[in-house]
Amino acid sequence: MVELIFYGIVLGSIISLGAIGLTLVYGIIRFANFAHGDFMTVGAYITLFLISIVMPWLGIPDTTFGPLSFGLRTLLAFPLAIGAVGGVAILLDRILYQKLRRSDSNLVIMAMASLGAAFILRMIVLILWGADSLFYRPGLLRPAVELPLNVKVRPDQILIMAVVCILIVSLHLFLKNSKIGKAMRATADNMELALVSGINTERVILWTWGIAGALAGAAGILYAIDVQVHPYMGWNFLIPIFAATILGSIGNVYGALIGGLVIGVVQQVSTAFLLPTYKLPVAFLMMILILFIRPKGIFGSK
Amino acid sequence: MDILEVKNLVKRFGGLKAVNGCSLGVKAGTITGLIGPNGAGKTTLFNLITGHLKPDGGQVLFQGRDITGLPPHEIFHNKIYRTFQITREFSHMTVLENLMLMPEDQVGERVWNTWFRFNAIYVQEKAIKEKALEVLEFVGLRRLANEYAGELSGGQKKLLELARSMMADPDMVLLDEPGAGINPSLMQKLMAHIRQLCEEKNITFLLIEHDMNLVMNLCNPVIVLSEGKKLTEGTPEEVKTDKRVLEAYLGGQYR
Amino acid sequence: MELTGLLAYLISFAIMAGIYAVFALGLNIHWGYTGLFNIGIAGFFCVGAYTSAMITTPQPTGVYAHYVHQLFGWHLPFVFGLMGAALMCGLLAFFIGLPTLKLGEDYLAIATLGIAESLRLIFNNEQWLANGPRGLMGLPQPLAHLIDARHYNYIYLVIVLAVMALIYFLIERSIRSPWGRVLRAIREDEVSASMSGKDVFAFKMQALIFGAMVMGVGGALYAHYSRSISPSVFTPLYGTFIIWVMLMAGGSGNNKGAVLGAFVMWGIWIGTQFLTDFLPYTVKSRAPYIRFLVIWILLEFILLYRPEGLLGEEKRVSKLIE
Repeated sequence: MVELIFYGIVLGSIISLGAIGLTLVYGIIRFANFAHGDFMTVGAYITLFLISIVMPWLGIPDTTFGPLSFGLRTLLAFPLAIGAVGGVAILLDRILYQKLRRSDSNLVIMAMASLGAAFILRMIVLILWGADSLFYRPGLLRPAVELPLNVKVRPDQILIMAVVCILIVSLHLFLKNSKIGKAMRATADNMELALVSGINTERVILWTWGIAGALAGAAGILYAIDVQVHPYMGWNFLIPIFAATILGSIGNVYGALIGGLVIGVVQQVSTAFLLPTYKLPVAFLMMILILFIRPKGIFGSK
Repeated sequence: MDILEVKNLVKRFGGLKAVNGCSLGVKAGTITGLIGPNGAGKTTLFNLITGHLKPDGGQVLFQGRDITGLPPHEIFHNKIYRTFQITREFSHMTVLENLMLMPEDQVGERVWNTWFRFNAIYVQEKAIKEKALEVLEFVGLRRLANEYAGELSGGQKKLLELARSMMADPDMVLLDEPGAGINPSLMQKLMAHIRQLCEEKNITFLLIEHDMNLVMNLCNPVIVLSEGKKLTEGTPEEVKTDKRVLEAYLGGQYR
Repeated sequence: MELTGLLAYLISFAIMAGIYAVFALGLNIHWGYTGLFNIGIAGFFCVGAYTSAMITTPQPTGVYAHYVHQLFGWHLPFVFGLMGAALMCGLLAFFIGLPTLKLGEDYLAIATLGIAESLRLIFNNEQWLANGPRGLMGLPQPLAHLIDARHYNYIYLVIVLAVMALIYFLIERSIRSPWGRVLRAIREDEVSASMSGKDVFAFKMQALIFGAMVMGVGGALYAHYSRSISPSVFTPLYGTFIIWVMLMAGGSGNNKGAVLGAFVMWGIWIGTQFLTDFLPYTVKSRAPYIRFLVIWILLEFILLYRPEGLLGEEKRVSKLIE
């Protein structure tokens, strides 16, 4: 059980990264971005592309770091790929959402456009890579280390949590101290007020997409390192991410962090009683429960 | 007799008390003005009375009935209608449809009736349409009956709001800044309509207004709200010369 | 011979387009008139199809009972299948609406999506419910004894079109009535509608249930056309989003648009199948993805440049008395 809880925290930290991005977009740009899961997929596949095609071509060696399952190639690919996903998110805003915003479209229309974008991204992945599961390093044995309390842990998983911590701390510092971070928080609090006080909302929106996309990309890569690469991986994360966002109150970054961890742990612990494929319905059920008990989430007012 | 009675109403937003133990009464058959500096809690008070917000304390009585905290549609069934500062018409519906929506408990609002009681609906629809056209005639929007409500000008939308309130046969109408953003000639028309409705149909009006000219001409009595509670009440002349009112306004401006 | 082949093809095309038109009509009640953002049509599709299948087939006996499991099998006529499907979907819609309809539109969206995905997993994994991934087979077809099996589709086309016409008529009646007027007012401005004395939650619930029942009938029509159903049919792409594209293309808020959109988009979908036949063999296995990509890009263009679709909403909708 302790082991399941630990795995749940690993899964939850990945969900948190996704949920934080979703909650930022939700809070600042004010619509439900259904393409968020597929940002994760795109991040994982861009990394796969860099590792398996670009880096060998550049002659970067395929080493591994100590007990970890990956090495230099993944380390180099990670920042490039999350930057690229941030770029994809910004690009989508420029060619799609910005136009809809300007024509004063209904928020639901924007959500629908994001659903379309989700499928477009996924279809591109499917066309390029096909529908099979892939691995960054196929055939590699991934040994586990035994910790006290009978917990078997792979070194990768420790590293995943460390990366998530670093990303979240840097995001926290960024929101707290940088000018644009402060502007983002102000916009999330009150859009009209931010406009009146001279905040360049278009710039804020651009940064929001960039950050949200990059975090989602990172989540996708980390999941790929932990488990596998699959065209539907991000889509399957969509419901848990939404559940985490709602649980942590929409727009609340720290709420999304906690929400993600809770959902991850519950999903993982549920596998002790239910089929592992029921992780998704479990996350969904959690969300419905939250909607019944506390629709505004744990950090929501009222 | 007071048609509407507000007792010790409280509404907090975070630490701020937007409505702070407000008590006031509106006499039946009057056109009562509600004025006060910005942030005095006028619109919040409207929202509390009409069920748009739930009060944190206090009571709202209408014709002696306790209507505190009822949902908006039930407030409506108690014969209170309100308009918004920024008009909220149904923009992708025609002006006529906007009016025909209003009468309550229409036979055709039950989905099974639309299949099984066609004749009853037909008769009722005819009557409602006739009434709607009459009302449109009254406010002078008849020729726009089949246009989208969203395409009307700002002033016409205010008239549409008034027309919608007439369709509802209310006992009391709350108007949130009916005169804001409309031209003087339309304003004269609007004032005349309000006065006529009050006199002929015995509808009580309570209206928030910043245009002092309109308030002084139309309203009696005038209630002054400041910092979430009633400051004073009196005839327009009394209020105009009241020192405390002046101070509240000045204080409000220089804070 | 050639001609009858083409005719048979057109008939089967029209049957599928007609079934999709039923779904588009259901979605039009949700989205077109009430503004309910249902992105889990596949869930109602699935429940409708399975309910009707189990109502109309007998509980397997003898040797089959070892291989085929299903929750119940009532062996009742087709009409009961349709009605049961509608009732089940209405019930499901009620429970989805209960926690979500008082909240924002996105909540309903994510809840319907979650239900659809969860149901597919449950039907796939629970053998006892409806035979797991292998699904149910040999569903009966109504009036099949009247005609040679090779020509049965003629009869089924008539049935599908008749059901579609009936649903179209029912929806038109209620949309043109005061009931539909309230729904459209809710779509335009919920707060204003409640201030005008309308119980917004109750009306949204009615619209959600009505639309879901129509979708349930669509699911049942599909089940008895294909005669076998399995969880893999009810994917988000085929079960939900192609229907959205149909409604958006045809014109949401217009029932004629919903039907037109279903036929046009199904035509485009089938048409692109012919086109991808020309692709080189190596990419052919990924052809469906290319077709979907085209459809999705088409949707984005509709949203950006022609949000009202082919036929927009009529200006005067409540015209019952004209």
